[in-house]
Amino acid sequence: MVERTPILNFVTHLVLFIGFMLAVAPFVIVAIAASHNLKEVNDVPMPLLPGGDFWANIKTAWITAGLGPKLLNSFIFAAGVAAGKVIISALTAFSIVYFRYPGRTLIFWLIFITLMLPLEVRIVPTYAVAANVLSPYQAILDVTGLSWLIEKISGVQVSLSLGLLNSYTGLILPLIATATGTFLYRQFFLTVPDELTEAARMDGAGALRFFIDILLPLSRTNMAALGTIMFLWAWNQYLWPLLVTTDPAHATAVTELKQLIPNVGGIPEWNIAMAGTLIVMLPPLVVVVAMQRWFVRGLIATEK
Amino acid sequence: MATVDLKDAKKVYSSGVEAVKGVSIAIPDKELCVLVGPSGCGKSTLLRMIAGLETISSGTVAIDGKIVNAVGPAERDIAMVFQNYALYPHMKVYDNMAYGLRNRGTPKDEIDSRVRSTAKVLELSALLDRRPRELSGGQRQRVAMGRAIVRNPKVFLFDEPLSNLDAKLRGQMRVEIKNLQRTLGVTSIYVTHDQLEAMTLADILVVMNAGLVEQIGAPLDIYEAPASTFVASFIGAPPMNLLALTGGLSGPTLADGTAIGFAPADTKAATLGFRPEDADVTFNAKAPSGALVLPATVEAVEPVGAESFLHCAAGGVRIVMRVAGRAAARPGDQLRVVARAEKLHWFDKTGKRVG
Repeated sequence: MVERTPILNFVTHLVLFIGFMLAVAPFVIVAIAASHNLKEVNDVPMPLLPGGDFWANIKTAWITAGLGPKLLNSFIFAAGVAAGKVIISALTAFSIVYFRYPGRTLIFWLIFITLMLPLEVRIVPTYAVAANVLSPYQAILDVTGLSWLIEKISGVQVSLSLGLLNSYTGLILPLIATATGTFLYRQFFLTVPDELTEAARMDGAGALRFFIDILLPLSRTNMAALGTIMFLWAWNQYLWPLLVTTDPAHATAVTELKQLIPNVGGIPEWNIAMAGTLIVMLPPLVVVVAMQRWFVRGLIATEK
Repeated sequence: MATVDLKDAKKVYSSGVEAVKGVSIAIPDKELCVLVGPSGCGKSTLLRMIAGLETISSGTVAIDGKIVNAVGPAERDIAMVFQNYALYPHMKVYDNMAYGLRNRGTPKDEIDSRVRSTAKVLELSALLDRRPRELSGGQRQRVAMGRAIVRNPKVFLFDEPLSNLDAKLRGQMRVEIKNLQRTLGVTSIYVTHDQLEAMTLADILVVMNAGLVEQIGAPLDIYEAPASTFVASFIGAPPMNLLALTGGLSGPTLADGTAIGFAPADTKAATLGFRPEDADVTFNAKAPSGALVLPATVEAVEPVGAESFLHCAAGGVRIVMRVAGRAAARPGDQLRVVARAEKLHWFDKTGKRVG
């Protein structure tokens, strides 16, 4: 398919241009809306050329929503989730690919099946666990009658409780298990030649040493790709941070955006809301630009 | 330095496949033992059992008199050169060679001096800061050897180390490996499917087939007296010519009914064989007595320079003859192949050597 005629060139470029416009149009509208004052932004039709109040709007948005600490929260949350996912999935895949134990395939498929259970589906039980990590154990004790027994014998009422609400742990921990990451790593580990493993064994490298000295350096690009994707994914999370962070001090930037969105009957400050949106969009953009080279290499090819 | 002793070593995979069916080999100190055989004969599995990369189903493997069945590969004090070199792609040549020593807790300055002196021997000194992907095939091969040598192990294991090189380089490396092995005096086990490599490298040659040892011996002894038709056809290029015999009324005959004219060396003989260079090709009609005389038709001539191979139809089969220099024969020529009786090999119905 390397046909090159002027007409075909024109058509392909046209398609490309339309696609580009479709992708970039919402962003342009956000940027334009963020640069007008309250009156201009509510004109019908909305002006399609930038206005002069961009920095003022940015400043207002930053102060109103308290974006400084919220962006920090978001960054810790997203970086924590990305790092956690990379580490967990590398370890899981290492175990699945390099160790022979009964039920290995079953465990892999169980992990794989969790793809069908995204956070939104299991949000209620996940919330219940986050509210009290020990609640499953409490339930086991209650059902088996053990807590009744303990109460009878020692007089102490067993009530296990460890809450993770309004904490970074609560934000991050329930999100770091990832089937996608495990699968990505598994596929990569499968391409590592067996002879390399054997050479490392002959060289006296144990399992952990092999993992750290050989596998991790080889999977740098995969790590960068997975880390980037997961950072973006976590940054854009809305539902989970909203549920877990009842205290605004722990809220993330994305959930705090709603503070800027005009209420029904309130002042329609769409320019401020759009300015806030632009600020919140910036960090992921920086991450993508910074990681882009690694990211593409990690997804399309293995380093030879 | 060490001896390696295999006693009835067997490998049965969990699927029930028997890859190695009881092999006993004793390799003396400082000798190079070559395991040769067609693919799937179990030679690589056997090597991996010695390396500790495969478990031993039954029998024993002893290194330096100590049974190592339950000892891990790193503790056996052996080093292995892999077919694909298995260099660590993200490490420099220096680190590739130093890795095994570091894992063993060798002091830093000792590692440095050992890596540098080994690199000098292998002419790798200028390449120590390169990564494997910046090296040619031959250089990678050297690094793989260096990684083995630097450890100063009791035994070297080579798993078809030259099969990824081009023919010319393979010839060079073969000589180099032999020299290195002799200078270092390290007991070595070398697996190959290439009979030329096997013949030229081996102190002890082990010919394997279908998980069993067919013959063990010095390479030339095996060449001159192959223990079976399998060995006869595997060792030597072109292989030995083998002609099946059927019992006729007036003595044994070949497949096309030609009587061989004299009694075989053993009454059980069912196949006769002769090496391509052990028979004369002649247009002369006069036949000497006590020799096998076969009328043959030339089908193809392969001149390779110093010698030529004549592919002929004779006695109902195809045979190959080796003649010095340029061959006078042309395809379609009728000629005679004359093999003296003492140059003939005899094998019984099961393929075992007789007489």
